[in-house]
Amino acid sequence: MKKSFVAAAVAAIMSVSVAAPVFAETPPNMLVIANRIDDIKTLDPGESFEFAGSDVSRNVYEKLVNFDPLDLDAGYQPELAESWEISEDGKTITFTIAEGHVFSSGNPVTAKDAEFSLRRAVLLDKTPSFILTQFGLSADNVEETIKATDDRTLVLTLDKPYALSFVLNCLTSTIGGIVDMASAMDNEVDGDMGNDWLRTNTVGSGPYKVVEWKPNESVLMDLNPNFHGDKPAMERVIVQHIQESATQRLQLERGDIDVARNLSPEDVAGLADVEGVKVVDELRGRLMYFSANQKKEMLADPKVIEALKFATDYAGMSDSFLKGQYTVHQAFLPRTFLGALEETPYSYDLDAAKAALAESGFPDCGPIKISVRDAQERMDIAQSLQNTWGQLGCDVELIVGTGAQTLDRYRAREHDIYLGAWGPDYPDPNTNAGTFAINPDNSDEAGATGLLAWRNAWAIPEMTETTLAAVVENDTEKRKQMYLDLQREHQKTSPFGIMFQQIEQNGMGASVENFVAGGATTEVSYWVITK
Amino acid sequence: MITANLRDWLLSDAPTSRRQARFASWYKGWLTLRSNTLAMVGLIVLALIILAAIFAPVLATHDPYAQDLGQRLLGAGQGGHLLGTDSLGRDIYSRLLYGARISIYIVLLVAMVAPLVGLIVGTVSGYAGGWADVVLMRITDIFLAFPRLILALAFVAALGAGIENAVLAISLTAWPPYARIARAETLTIRNSDYIHAIRLQGAGPFRIVTRHIWPLCISSLVIRVTLDMAGIILTAAALGFLGLGAQPPSPEWGAMISEGRKYILDYWWVATFPGLAIFAISLAFNLLGDGLRDMLDPKEDNA
Amino acid sequence: MTDVTNGEGRRGPSFAPWLIKTVATLVTVAVTLLGLLFVTFMIGRVMPIDPVLAVIGERATQAQYDATYLELGLDKPLLVQFGIYVSDVLQGDLGKSIRTGQQVTTDIARVFPATLELATLGTLIGVAIGVPLGVLAAVKRGSWIDQVARLVGLVGYSMPIFWLGLVGLLLFYGILGWVAGPGRVGIFYQGIVEPITGMLLVDAALRGEWVVFRDAFSHIILPAALLGYYSLAYISRMTRSFMLEQLNAEYVITARVKGLSEWQVIWGHAFRNIRIQLITVIALAYANLLEGSVLTEIIFAWPGIGSYITTSLLANDMNSVLGGTIVIGSIFVGINILSDLLYRFFDPRAK
Repeated sequence: MKKSFVAAAVAAIMSVSVAAPVFAETPPNMLVIANRIDDIKTLDPGESFEFAGSDVSRNVYEKLVNFDPLDLDAGYQPELAESWEISEDGKTITFTIAEGHVFSSGNPVTAKDAEFSLRRAVLLDKTPSFILTQFGLSADNVEETIKATDDRTLVLTLDKPYALSFVLNCLTSTIGGIVDMASAMDNEVDGDMGNDWLRTNTVGSGPYKVVEWKPNESVLMDLNPNFHGDKPAMERVIVQHIQESATQRLQLERGDIDVARNLSPEDVAGLADVEGVKVVDELRGRLMYFSANQKKEMLADPKVIEALKFATDYAGMSDSFLKGQYTVHQAFLPRTFLGALEETPYSYDLDAAKAALAESGFPDCGPIKISVRDAQERMDIAQSLQNTWGQLGCDVELIVGTGAQTLDRYRAREHDIYLGAWGPDYPDPNTNAGTFAINPDNSDEAGATGLLAWRNAWAIPEMTETTLAAVVENDTEKRKQMYLDLQREHQKTSPFGIMFQQIEQNGMGASVENFVAGGATTEVSYWVITK
Repeated sequence: MITANLRDWLLSDAPTSRRQARFASWYKGWLTLRSNTLAMVGLIVLALIILAAIFAPVLATHDPYAQDLGQRLLGAGQGGHLLGTDSLGRDIYSRLLYGARISIYIVLLVAMVAPLVGLIVGTVSGYAGGWADVVLMRITDIFLAFPRLILALAFVAALGAGIENAVLAISLTAWPPYARIARAETLTIRNSDYIHAIRLQGAGPFRIVTRHIWPLCISSLVIRVTLDMAGIILTAAALGFLGLGAQPPSPEWGAMISEGRKYILDYWWVATFPGLAIFAISLAFNLLGDGLRDMLDPKEDNA
Repeated sequence: MTDVTNGEGRRGPSFAPWLIKTVATLVTVAVTLLGLLFVTFMIGRVMPIDPVLAVIGERATQAQYDATYLELGLDKPLLVQFGIYVSDVLQGDLGKSIRTGQQVTTDIARVFPATLELATLGTLIGVAIGVPLGVLAAVKRGSWIDQVARLVGLVGYSMPIFWLGLVGLLLFYGILGWVAGPGRVGIFYQGIVEPITGMLLVDAALRGEWVVFRDAFSHIILPAALLGYYSLAYISRMTRSFMLEQLNAEYVITARVKGLSEWQVIWGHAFRNIRIQLITVIALAYANLLEGSVLTEIIFAWPGIGSYITTSLLANDMNSVLGGTIVIGSIFVGINILSDLLYRFFDPRAK
């Protein structure tokens, strides 16, 4: 009896060991990506505002103007609009819609669809709608301001003569995606303009369509058979949610996936000697910063802030746990943006920090609470700050919470120091200037929770004027200079300690070509990829 | 000579005082326990861990909080770090020593709070009977029907992350079994002549429950608590692992695993040593608890 | 074991006692589930995580915030909100998840089969090894086999599962390559098998997709073995103690005296008598795996109900949490009633 039991156990163990995975390579016409996609809440371009959601949207919906993934530096290019004209007074833009673009539903793309999509985005009034409403478009006036005069002509009427680049840059963002009016309206429920249906379904004219989206698990995309451009090499794209960097790396090493998008510096280093795998670096737009609530007496002292900025080990962090993934950057416009300031006046200098602190009203420093969300790299940064600021004599405590928790405190202006990240919403300098350097009304009643300057109770009436002036400056050189000056001033006086800009390190099979994550300005483009 | 006398006194068949009887039964229990090798291993490991926790400042080679970004992720033995360093260049060995304090602190707190809550609910329920019993037992069932870790997570999420809240959350999920045990004990004691006699002497319900029923429930609760210690440690570590227990830079073992997990492929020791530490302490508690049960629970055999 | 019926054995009137008993049981279950919902609901309300922010994100304006606040019905008094929720549940509507944007019922129909599959296989492994091990330990009481069985069990109780999972993944997937990595199935097998039961192994077998079956098996075996180890620890221990009770009983001694073979004594007599107790234990172990695999699911990126509830909880997506809690609470209560009934039905002493 004993023998038979042992034999059974051995057999059981053996059967485990032969259960090895079947494939060692992904099919040639299929792109398999591991990424963190648990942020996707909706696929509706009028509502979608998350990283992974924007990645999907870019490959499904075409826009009036868009970026060429193989030449991002060229800026926006014609896509659904083959040309545009701006009126004398600078307030009216007339787009001519190109022919030949067809939705995945089979319907051709017309100016009516563009009119519908942009109006819809304003009327739905979801989080990203500010990207359009900042031009004076509103639920009350869309009938006049967004108008298709015929099937090929769309006219936008704005409230001010904004810089044309500003307007067009905004239209390249996710909310500028053009949806098929007929399909959306066929699926309308209670006047939602198809919102409910478009959350889980897509009808765009882009190269792909979503076949299946399982929240927190995967997004599966197939070719849009009606796509007007060249047929992409990748006929099926699968994005799988894989949380762990180590897992992504293992899967990449084993050939289970083609691209790993969330590799840690250690795992990138670990891939260096692996045959058949490469890592491609790409500068992205996301900034890592800390900011000090100006409602707190000690933190409102500019000398204290200066001390904290000098007591931050920028190089130490970017050479160790952030290695290769964040580069030191200290201005609010990310590099590659128009007018980005590349000067880094602050470096880890305890003497300078101590000197500044001695001049302040709080030479002994005091208790400081850092609000931080429970994500690894932010926790590492927070602990480094805790360590180096502690050497100034500050008593630093970390208040760790989920993303929503820390954000909640931040918006309620209850934090001391907030450690966070900021990514541009649309590829124009105003996206960051309009939040880091604008605060028209600093009162609690104003409730301008969308503005970082307001969240930190930083009253800046003059800087606000300058920032507002920059968006209506149509001379690009002048506009650039305005932003450079603004950032220098901001760097010196603001309660924002901008520290790093993100570099995305994507691991992929050696044969994968043209994987472009989107630079600082846009998102990933699967249709140009080959392998 | 003295020890021999003491031994005789303890093993005497005819104890002359209650105190002698009690000491004698403890001593006999100890003898049984001592003959159980596995339980003794558990006891010794536990004693070592407790000593390590107490003398952490003496035994530690480094400040457990001191970062050195130039010395990060060193292997065991490198640069004078016995068990290497973590991602912020902190000495893992020293952190483990200080982490033992946190684990023991959590276990002690939970072991005091949860059985107490269970005791109160169980004895009140058992003694009062009627509607109070129905309501209290229904509440106990509700808490039992919850997935334990999820309930603890929910409580910590509601109260905010941190050691004290983790203790509270674990206690809130751990009390129902104790309440059931205490109630069962109370039901058997409630109608005994002994309690009737006390009641006739005019003792009120509060006095009866606290003075006469509680002491009788305690021994069965103690066995159960010892057996639960490992579970408490594992839950606390799980909360730390999920980022809801002790907060950085605290060297809590679960949180250390969570930090080290990112580096597991190339720097396996960062997550492995704290894992072994958790395993060691909970195994020690389990071995000891198992031995205690053999000793105190006549239903189990003790060969 | 939860004694759901709270059976103190009070006798009802002589007519149809089973009817009264059934009604009483149903009422108790309803009260327990309602209480479960109430506690969960209240936790959600005191949680310092703003569900509105979870919906609209960082950039929203105050006006958008207010609109969503009203849309979620958060302006109404707490009890009213709870009442509305319960009446919706009674109509089969668990509401919408704010995190996935889908109906909670849809979400649960997707995630629950994954957990069911994992827990079932885990329990099977636990039973297949745990029961023989427990019997063996009882028969050879005090021998090295008994000691080993005991140690195996205690080690199982003492391992932090999230750590063991990490190490197992590193060893068997990372270094040895014997099994597939996290997730339920290789990414490019996604969507090949049209769901029938939602349990991938079963569906693949039913559809004859053996390549997918093999791949899915290779994914599930490691987490299932891990969970199996945990139920093994419990099952073997209980088996041993049940068996010891039987082996010391008089009838076993009589049987031995009568000259029956050891095999017949052990399996034919002693083991037969512990079947019912064992079923109860296995049911309980199964219930524990169904509800208790949160950490395993997280480590192995297993899209099951445990990780669903946890991630929903941390986003204060209370509809999802409440929906998941109902499912798990019902299973727990259901399994308890079932094992209680089994016990009463088969065990003469319980009558």
